[in-house]
Amino acid sequence: MGDFLAELIDISKSFPGVKALDHVNFDLKAGEVHALVGENGSGKSTLMKILSGVYTKDEGKIIVNGQEVEFQNPRQAQDKGICIIHQELNLCRHLSIAENIYLGREPNRSFLVNQKKQIEDARKILKRLDVDLDPTTRVSELTVSKQQMVEIGKAISTNAKIIIMDEPTSALTIKEIDELFKIIHVLKQEGHGIIYISHRLDELASVADRVTVIRDGQHIITMDYKDTTQENIIRYMVGRELKEKFPRIKTHIGETIFEVKNLTAGKAVKNVSFQVREGEILGIAGLMGAGRTETVRAIFGADKKESGKLFLHGEEIHIHKPVDAIEAGVFCVPEDRKRDGLCISMPVYQNATLPNMEKVTVNGIVNTKKEIAIAEEMIEELTIKTPTVSQTVKNLSGGNQQKVVVGKWLVKPAHVILFDEPTRGIDVGAKVDIYNLMNDLKEKGIGVAFVSSELPEILGMADRIVVMCEGRVTAELDASEASQEVIMQYATQYM
Amino acid sequence: MNPAAAKPTIHTRKKMSRQTRQIVSTAGALLILAIVFTIANPNFISSMNILNILKQATPIIIIAIGQTFVLITSGIDLSIGSVIACSGIVAAICMRAGLPVWLSMTGGLLFGAGVGALNGVLIVYGKLPAFIATMGTMTTIRGLALFLTQGIPIGSLPKTFTQIGTQRNWLLNVPNQVWIMFILALIFGFILAKTKVGRYTYAMGSNYEATRLSGVNVNRTLIIVYTISAFLAAWAGMIMTANVISAAPTAGDGYELDAVASSVIGGASTLGGEGIVPGTVLGALVIATLRNGLNLSGASPFIQKMIIGIVIIGAVFIDRFRRTD
Repeated sequence: MGDFLAELIDISKSFPGVKALDHVNFDLKAGEVHALVGENGSGKSTLMKILSGVYTKDEGKIIVNGQEVEFQNPRQAQDKGICIIHQELNLCRHLSIAENIYLGREPNRSFLVNQKKQIEDARKILKRLDVDLDPTTRVSELTVSKQQMVEIGKAISTNAKIIIMDEPTSALTIKEIDELFKIIHVLKQEGHGIIYISHRLDELASVADRVTVIRDGQHIITMDYKDTTQENIIRYMVGRELKEKFPRIKTHIGETIFEVKNLTAGKAVKNVSFQVREGEILGIAGLMGAGRTETVRAIFGADKKESGKLFLHGEEIHIHKPVDAIEAGVFCVPEDRKRDGLCISMPVYQNATLPNMEKVTVNGIVNTKKEIAIAEEMIEELTIKTPTVSQTVKNLSGGNQQKVVVGKWLVKPAHVILFDEPTRGIDVGAKVDIYNLMNDLKEKGIGVAFVSSELPEILGMADRIVVMCEGRVTAELDASEASQEVIMQYATQYM
Repeated sequence: MNPAAAKPTIHTRKKMSRQTRQIVSTAGALLILAIVFTIANPNFISSMNILNILKQATPIIIIAIGQTFVLITSGIDLSIGSVIACSGIVAAICMRAGLPVWLSMTGGLLFGAGVGALNGVLIVYGKLPAFIATMGTMTTIRGLALFLTQGIPIGSLPKTFTQIGTQRNWLLNVPNQVWIMFILALIFGFILAKTKVGRYTYAMGSNYEATRLSGVNVNRTLIIVYTISAFLAAWAGMIMTANVISAAPTAGDGYELDAVASSVIGGASTLGGEGIVPGTVLGALVIATLRNGLNLSGASPFIQKMIIGIVIIGAVFIDRFRRTD
């Protein structure tokens, strides 16, 4: 057993109402890159959080360097040489490279920081990684990829043997990815073990020695990369049968309601065009960072557009800020309801009427009775479970909160509703309620488009699917010709 | 309809709304203070002294109402002390130039509103943090006050103007300024609690981005809020100028922090989203009562400062403690 750096045996973990991990096995050898893949919500990040001490396991054993360990907090995992490099980097942007690498572990000379030694040591670390950087450079002056290398440097300076990389390439260019792979190669040769989490399956060919697939909290398979193919991995990842979780309805497809033409916004949205037709639900699929949320936000006027045209029932509309979209009847249910959708400390009824004040005010004075009536109608129609409409939104469950976000737009006449990850983090029952609601809208002839990272949901609910990759539309598929494999292929087209 | 759907956490309905509780607890604190000070010195409870407290509290109450609007949006307005001085000076200069009293006062109030609008524009379009923008105007306007007066208070103001200050009124024998404060509190309390502007003020403080994405004109609302704050400070400036029958360039120095303290004691949060006008009025009265009562009991003014500081920290601390359970 001595050649394993770490072994996770029969790990189980439950959260209230969900079994996130069900007797999962995973191991890591010295000098290898072990890729961990699975869909969003499959449990791979939960597993890594257990290994790095963020969560505690319910059942199972963790063995590090032949010794069984119990991690109560991340610090204990770090002491055992386990280091995680997150998708979002955790660096102090105003400090230098050297200061970041040794943050909290500064070499002392009495009570002063030994600057010289710190810089020298940092220089050695960077040299080991073959990175040409001056350790006195401020981190804020570095590109994302260089910052990532500082993180890796920080990891090896703590003598971490096990390095977990969570989506390390999501923000890198192709050239930068090559540089990262070179560093990974160096780390392998030094005898580090690397757990590599990525959605970009094709890059596994360049780095992975072994691959483990997790699905629905269960260990599906572990195999040597050379014995498998990308298609194979995808099949294992998505292999679930679609149950009747998705109440799809058929309606007559009519005219185009809404059209986006050559939309470009920021760095994330490049020349995106699509249409939403009457009587259909349009699904927008893609991986994280494909530019889907940015597209929706730009359409809605939440972010600036560089160029592109929007047409509603064939007439061009100009949306510069959210209020323009709302006046045109184009509404948006944002991705992160707590950040962008709700005034969480305010009561349900006030959230419901926030975009509808014209309905409940006379000369600027609010008629609370009318507000409450509107909100009561809303909670009845959407089966929102709340003791009263005066309840603070904070106290509702995720699914009911989401219904409030949707409900506030149903008070006024809508032409198009854009949903961004409408079922993220809500339970199965509430999900079906949201699907039914989308169906209602579709039947009423309102244009419905939704972004989702869950492929089964896209396949289950969308009548037509637009796939995005790197800010561009790579495919437009009819539901009948779409499959998880096909979507995955287009979603990774430019990678 | 779905058994699987998670049940919302149903809290047993509290007997009182949060706002009522806030008013009751601040009023309770005020009552306890009154009892303690009456025991220490029975003169405290005389109608003379109570009027005195009201009079002393009036300018602070007025500016604290404005500050409450700003705090609810999770901003801060440091410029109000300077606006007090400068709007009084603007009105005084107009009067000395022979303009009618009503027109001069309008000039002073408009000046104040203008400074507030400028604060709002700096924050909204200049993208400055509220602290920096209003600190900048605080210093600038104070400098303007000193420049306009060359450091010397402007006196000999017409009697029709000074009447708005300490002059007793036929109604309940209460000074005019207290009535003005009362009317302003009613108007702005109504605006905050019952109008669209008030609702948007709370919404912005609760979640600025969600409010913006709900189609609310957040820029305009924020400018309105800072304009209200400075407009009320200008009213305080009128009253203070009338009280001392002269417009002093140093008037209102440091009042902005008293306004923050009053709002916070009255339940406003510097993190935004919370605060009510009645709470703020009571909060300002707590501070005025403390000052007055400690004076009457012969406490040293230095000790007074210490005690008021401790009360501010204590009030917020108790509030946090209460909210977490």
